[in-house]
Amino acid sequence: MTSNRAVWLWAILVAIWLLLSEQTQHLELLFILFGLTTCTVAVRVCVRMGVVDRESVPVHLAGRAVLYTPWLIWEVFKSNLRVARIILAPRIRVDPSIVHFRASQRTDLGRFIYANSITLTPGTVTTGIVADDLEVHAIVQTEIDGSEENDMNRRVTALEGEREG
Amino acid sequence: MVAEVVAWALLMAGAFFLVTGALGMVRLPDVFTRMHAAGMTDTMGAGLILAGMCVYSGANFETVRLLLILGFLWFTSPIATHATAKAALSGGVRPFTLAGDGSGDGRTAEREGGAPS
Repeated sequence: MTSNRAVWLWAILVAIWLLLSEQTQHLELLFILFGLTTCTVAVRVCVRMGVVDRESVPVHLAGRAVLYTPWLIWEVFKSNLRVARIILAPRIRVDPSIVHFRASQRTDLGRFIYANSITLTPGTVTTGIVADDLEVHAIVQTEIDGSEENDMNRRVTALEGEREG
Repeated sequence: MVAEVVAWALLMAGAFFLVTGALGMVRLPDVFTRMHAAGMTDTMGAGLILAGMCVYSGANFETVRLLLILGFLWFTSPIATHATAKAALSGGVRPFTLAGDGSGDGRTAEREGGAPS
């Protein structure tokens, strides 16, 4: 499994290097060799350090992330408008409070994605996480009825898509 | 021509969110509510401006770079926000609440000491 992920990591590094070096228009053998060697050494070091695992190279999520990302961007857009309306109102009407959500993800990576998604949508910021209990600061407490967060929770669990860590 | 109009529309929309976020930093009562305003500039402000630049540059290597910047930003900014919140909480900053003040007006809250100075 690790070797599979190492190959993926190598491929991703080579792809990023090719895209950023702009060497694809006039491929020079020496440059290509430098790039490939550097990527190989980097992956080798990562494997030796034992940091190539499900959390650092989550390629198993890539396919489902394609579906999750547009939905997340849309949620971020909607909550941006909501917070913008609060800020631009003649009188600031906030009702901040700390609320708690239960995360149904089975892995730390899944909880990390859920917590970061909550923080990424303005109006809610994850301030703490203990096991499956998320502590969230909300700018308008009364607007949090839990339905949107449940929806996000469900989608992240689907994104995670596994039985055990 | 169409691409240019779209690009400018996106840039202006991004600028709107940046200015609104900056306004929120001034108007909101405490560090926690201000974080939400900062989140706006990170997500929609930067996102729309980078999207506008992508449209403006067309499909080439610059677009890929801009998208990478956007990706890194969307991955790192929630962690920075979370670290700020955590630091404020462990530093003893109590979040501003309506119950502790009785008024929904941010200015009153600030005057009465709801916000850290």
